[in-house]
Amino acid sequence: MEHHSSATVRQPLILGEKTYHQISEDISRPIEGKASRLFKIVFTIASLLALWGVGCFAYTIGTGIGVWGNNKTVGWAWDITNFVWWVGIGHAGTLISAVLLLFRQRWRMSINRSAEAMTIFAVICAALFPVMHMGRVWVAYWVLPLPNTFGSLWVNFNSPLLWDVFAISTYFSVSLVFWYTGLIPDFATVRDRQMKPRMRKIYNILSFGWSGSAKQWSRFEEVSLVLAGLSTPLVLSVHTIVSMDFATSVIPGWHTTIFPPYFVAGAIFSGFAMVLTLLIIMRKVLHLEDYITIQHIELMNKIIILTGSIVGVAYLTELFTSWYSGVEYEQYAFLNRATGPYWWSYWSMMTCNVITPQLFWFKKIRKSFIATFIISIFVNIGMWFERFVIIVTSLHRDYLPSSWTMFHPTFVDIGIFIGTIGIFFTLFLLFSRTFPVIALSELKTILKSTSENPKQAKH
Amino acid sequence: MSKKVIYGVFDDEEVLLESAKALTSKGVRIKDVFSPFPIHGLDPVIGIKPTRLSNFAFFYGMFGTSFAIWMTWYMLISDWPMNIGGKPNFTWLQNFPAFIPVTFELTVFCAAHGMVISYLLVNKLYPGRKPHNPDIRSTDDKFIMEIQSSENKRVSEDEILSTLRNTGAIEINHKELN
Repeated sequence: MEHHSSATVRQPLILGEKTYHQISEDISRPIEGKASRLFKIVFTIASLLALWGVGCFAYTIGTGIGVWGNNKTVGWAWDITNFVWWVGIGHAGTLISAVLLLFRQRWRMSINRSAEAMTIFAVICAALFPVMHMGRVWVAYWVLPLPNTFGSLWVNFNSPLLWDVFAISTYFSVSLVFWYTGLIPDFATVRDRQMKPRMRKIYNILSFGWSGSAKQWSRFEEVSLVLAGLSTPLVLSVHTIVSMDFATSVIPGWHTTIFPPYFVAGAIFSGFAMVLTLLIIMRKVLHLEDYITIQHIELMNKIIILTGSIVGVAYLTELFTSWYSGVEYEQYAFLNRATGPYWWSYWSMMTCNVITPQLFWFKKIRKSFIATFIISIFVNIGMWFERFVIIVTSLHRDYLPSSWTMFHPTFVDIGIFIGTIGIFFTLFLLFSRTFPVIALSELKTILKSTSENPKQAKH
Repeated sequence: MSKKVIYGVFDDEEVLLESAKALTSKGVRIKDVFSPFPIHGLDPVIGIKPTRLSNFAFFYGMFGTSFAIWMTWYMLISDWPMNIGGKPNFTWLQNFPAFIPVTFELTVFCAAHGMVISYLLVNKLYPGRKPHNPDIRSTDDKFIMEIQSSENKRVSEDEILSTLRNTGAIEINHKELN
């Protein structure tokens, strides 16, 4: 953003001999070109999965949530696991676009657009789960503080579940406008390149008639900065509040004050893993190798080490605290996690979240696309297991041993989960073909100071 | 009488900035600059005042806070007090800790959306608006300076043109406005 002098110790963030025009060309190419065979195949698979998920949702609505594997003891299972998993994934997008903007990290510019898109699509997938879990989805609006016909009974502002309604809806809507505000100038660039009147018209509507005058840019920078300042505490509040859904209850294993920071770190950890999974594929498929470089990947891997280690320390703190508390129920909850019938999920979580990210201490692994891709998948899986462990292992040993039971997912549980992955990828693929996937106007501001060959400075 | 507009086209933002400084030092008023990205340091040169949008955001945020305080007080303390988990519900202040999350979220919600709506209104951005950048290359790689001759009676047109040419404009275009 400011005029940095070109530092020689840093690797360039834009490779090749680029000009301003070349950036417009490279970022607009996926929008203007024809879909490749690979794209069509992947898109078909993703949309079929999404359709299957929609079918399972319809079946759930039509029959009731009895079609899920949840039972009286395990009242929250895959639904809330998936909800927390998806919301957590979303956090990386906001962290990249807001927190890194406040810290003036220029490497965010090649990745913020797609990370924010990921946030929005992940929150859409997340929101489906609590809404479905209500059972009667047609009265979902009852969570809003509306006057009603049953006497003046209002929503309960003391409940973390209601805090969640406010947190998730604020998070979703603010992320959406933040994303769109940044998209407006880039849509204008795409608009002004179009020869066909129809394309020009569509992108003119999307660009809101942006012209790029000095006054517009001055306001644009102000609004970006303030939205980043607002989104930063917002993103921290969202997973804090999600963690309070558990922490304010009296279930052993949930009732801990460590939850808010532990959940926020875990959210950023899983979100960066998903960003890496997506970007490593996207840079190849859309030929953005010059913009999403190994330098970007390495910096993200460093954040994975940091947040992964925080998560690891949190796991150990939990174990220590349960032992040190002397509360036998708390002690049992953790012993049961590690050695009970769900031991395999606990140890999957430990392996994927605590051990695999530590491999990034090796520079060779940190700087390898393939190793990063594999580890990012491990982290995605591990973080799903973390939520499963927290929710199901704490619930399945109820207060009364006569209520003890196991949770078995049905085909609908699996179908809904797979379906949201389908919805997520369908939306992301549509985004990658119609939207500028890199914030190109922002990227142009750093071209002179961070490209490999700064021949732009020719005067 | 027809108004004449001069467009100086540049291919580098730093060259344009120097040219703008040279022109304004001669007393030329630059109407506007169209660029593919923000040019830092340009606003004071061409006389654009800092925007007050963030002040608006502050007031929208304050509105959100006040609204949340009023709403939680009205719904859970005044209209229908509920005893939930033995939490005190006699006064708003005693129950306030439980209302912090909702108050915070509504503050952010109102500040963010209020600011974005104001931003779109003052920038006159809405779906279907006709773009008014003079040249489509200004969203790609060209930087365009707009000077209206009717605003610059004291400086001759020839001098404006020669200054533009001497300070690195790669193209100079004219347009007659009726």
